[in-house]
Amino acid sequence: MPSQLQSRLAPHPHEAVLDPPAIVLEGVTRAYRERGGGAVRALQEVSLHAANGELLAVVGPSGCGKTTLLELICGLQAPDSGTLSSAAAVLMPQRDLLLPWLSAVENAALAPRISGLTRGQARRHAEGLFAELGLHGFEDSRPGELSGGMRQRVAFLRTLLSGKPVLCLDEPFGALDAITRAEMQAWLAQALAREPRTVVLVTHDVEEAVLLADRLVVLSARPGRVVGELDVRLPRPRVRTDAGVVGLRERALALLHDGARGAGTGVGAGAGE
Amino acid sequence: MSRRLPASPPAQRRRGLPRRLAAVLPPALLVLALLGIWELYVDAGSASSFVLPAPHSIASALWNNAGFLAANLAPTAEEVVLGIALALALGFALAVAVHFSPVLRRAVYPLAIGSQAVPIAVIAPLLVFWWGFGVFPKLVVIVLICFFPVLVTTVDGLAAVDPDQLKLLRTLGASRWQAFRLAELPAALPAALSGARIALAVGVIGAYIAESQTATTAVHAGLGHEINADLTALQTPRAYAAAVVLFAFAIVCFNALALAEHRLAPWASQPRGDTR
Repeated sequence: MPSQLQSRLAPHPHEAVLDPPAIVLEGVTRAYRERGGGAVRALQEVSLHAANGELLAVVGPSGCGKTTLLELICGLQAPDSGTLSSAAAVLMPQRDLLLPWLSAVENAALAPRISGLTRGQARRHAEGLFAELGLHGFEDSRPGELSGGMRQRVAFLRTLLSGKPVLCLDEPFGALDAITRAEMQAWLAQALAREPRTVVLVTHDVEEAVLLADRLVVLSARPGRVVGELDVRLPRPRVRTDAGVVGLRERALALLHDGARGAGTGVGAGAGE
Repeated sequence: MSRRLPASPPAQRRRGLPRRLAAVLPPALLVLALLGIWELYVDAGSASSFVLPAPHSIASALWNNAGFLAANLAPTAEEVVLGIALALALGFALAVAVHFSPVLRRAVYPLAIGSQAVPIAVIAPLLVFWWGFGVFPKLVVIVLICFFPVLVTTVDGLAAVDPDQLKLLRTLGASRWQAFRLAELPAALPAALSGARIALAVGVIGAYIAESQTATTAVHAGLGHEINADLTALQTPRAYAAAVVLFAFAIVCFNALALAEHRLAPWASQPRGDTR
């Protein structure tokens, strides 16, 4: 696959802006069987792309197949029809899924350790980033001793240290309180400024998408279809009260509403029970 | 779960004596009250001292036979500790095998359950025929009795790992073996140790059964053997004294295991643990 070759040659996508897009989906449809035997169509004819180094936000109502989309990009599922190509991608799931028996830094360093480094080498690998991204002093804490926001940061570092050029973030801040979430959004923007990657950020929070993303794709309710795209050409750091942010947020919300209305018929067509 | 109480956070433990006293006092008072009732019951002539010796005569038997009881505790303790260790190893190994192979699971599980129903007396002559009266046939009996709780709890512990966790490890490039080592094995450890505690509780009585079923004429053949000999010789107070020693030994082992658990799986006794 050419995409894999490219990922090996250009692990830091920012340095190679003229490369082909990191992710391309063309007419991807994906259904899965429910326990009862019926088929649920999660995604229908979804086409989207993400350029190298771009932060693409995917927003949509709950159950619009966002998680399915990320698992497809990460190669955990295969599309039923349509084509998909992506550079090597890693998933950061909704729940932090930190291993309670490993320290924070060991959790972050899971990927280097899996790749064959010793415990000590893997640890040194993660320690630099730990300090750089404001986690200094928490290296040896166990996940059980960390707050929700800190756990999410460690989980993000674990994703970052996988060394893969594409990060798929599945509602990374969905379970956090509003204040922590705002902190985490600022932190993520900062972290990505230091460690640029191609990012697909799935969220149901339109504001979060506008604050963080270069571009927004809005999905309809199940089965997920692309109902619109928005370019976010706003300077960073962005503030939620900026006129530009507010305007885009309203436009995205309007698209979401359209998608939800259109979905009434879409669900009927999709649920083959 | 009450087993988590002794492993309370250091802030609580540091408050020291009053708290420790509060932990010890209720069971101590209960034991004292029961002993008092027992003493009164025997003194009233309700039961012959051959059938039920009074606490004070058990205490004096304990005192007068301290050396003798200690000498008999040694082989029994050895059997229990080695037997539990072997049962842990066997139960854990079987659990891992069963976890990886559904075929093996279907093959092993019914046999393991059935093995718990076989009265030891049925196979004891065979064990003696094969291995004589040494420690080995006794270990076999203890392992046979004790591996089962370890097997069952460990299998459940291995299966209880979050499937999303395994999926995540897969996306990070982990092989099946790495996923096992990083996630399933540590996740199963607290469960295996719970199994070990159950094993320990039945292991002491297992040692008694083992000694009864492979009886010898050796001098210090263990507390189980001694209890049987004393009961036959109507030395009931000493038999009871031996039972008290077994009782105390079981509690000491249980606490040692709880300490080991705290060291081996500290995350399992953390107050906040895995909150998700």
